[in-house]
Amino acid sequence: MAVQHLSGQELSERVSAAAPDSVVTESAGVPVGDALWVHAPKVAEVASFLKSDDRLDFNFLNSISAVDYIDHFDVVYHLTSLSKQHTAIVKTRLNGREELSLPSVYHLWRGADFQEREIWDLMGIRFEGHPNMKRIMLWEGFDGHPLRKDYL
Amino acid sequence: MPFEISKEDGPLQSRTWELDRHEGSLVQELKDASVEPLVEPMIEVPDDLKDNMMITSVDALVNWSRKSALWPVSFGLACCAFEMIASAMGRFDIARFGMEAFRASPRQADLMIVAGTVTWKMSPAIKRIYDQMAEPKWVISMGVCATSGGPYYGSYSVVPGVDHIIPVDVYVPGCPPRPDALLYGIMELHEKIKKYRNLPNGPDLSMSGRGSKPEPS
Repeated sequence: MAVQHLSGQELSERVSAAAPDSVVTESAGVPVGDALWVHAPKVAEVASFLKSDDRLDFNFLNSISAVDYIDHFDVVYHLTSLSKQHTAIVKTRLNGREELSLPSVYHLWRGADFQEREIWDLMGIRFEGHPNMKRIMLWEGFDGHPLRKDYL
Repeated sequence: MPFEISKEDGPLQSRTWELDRHEGSLVQELKDASVEPLVEPMIEVPDDLKDNMMITSVDALVNWSRKSALWPVSFGLACCAFEMIASAMGRFDIARFGMEAFRASPRQADLMIVAGTVTWKMSPAIKRIYDQMAEPKWVISMGVCATSGGPYYGSYSVVPGVDHIIPVDVYVPGCPPRPDALLYGIMELHEKIKKYRNLPNGPDLSMSGRGSKPEPS
């Protein structure tokens, strides 16, 4: 069975019905494309819906990654449903460079544990609600977040 | 153990901040202190022994026995470790040099083969294991990462050569070095050990015919 990719447009209706004011629409100046763009504070709410909805059933988190675009950060969630054989990409945007934070999805997918810590360690984005928000690879007391474009 | 982890309720990780910061400060101190590489190690003889003792053929016997049973401490850090493991297997057979006993304890080892990338976070552990080894002890830096940082030279997290932390006797280049290269490095170390004079006033009993070597006093 081929794996089907659900685009942002396909998902946005169902998601906005379940979690109002969470989806970023094209009029807000953000490209829609293949990904579902959500507002940063609503990430955990949307993720919870994507996981618990019977027709979507995204029970596997492939990866979380953060991208530094200098004037903003994008955080990208790759999701897969192993039972329904479809995938989706959820993206969110964080403006600024200081005191960035997102809601954690640790309680939905345990695989988020180390990845969220890694993003905090190397990119400096905190995940609120994560039970162990510490540096994972560098030592405590290290100055800065080395994967940021302005490091060095 | 300088810190007591409190017995309060709650997950363990939320009670270890003090310990984490202490560990981090050790790494940072070592990083700040290790700016220059250390020189090649020499055997030190106390001054009062220098003029009172003479060792002649004993040197040759002692050096021969030291080099014939160098026990390495197993210290694999990255991909070089697999080449080191391959050297110990039947095809390359490090046992030919009396080295088949890779010890898990630094107390029983004479040789540390630093195989792989050394990060600052790992460096206090390396230094501690080196300090725990009994004299005489030797170090082989295996691969470019351990030698100079290699592809990670100048990185925020990688030590620019393990010789910043512990003194190194033999450097084996390669990424990773084949087992042949490691064996050659070990044979060079044997030559070096054979040249050691256990007292500076004793005769030089170097049996080496293998080109110029660094001359330990």
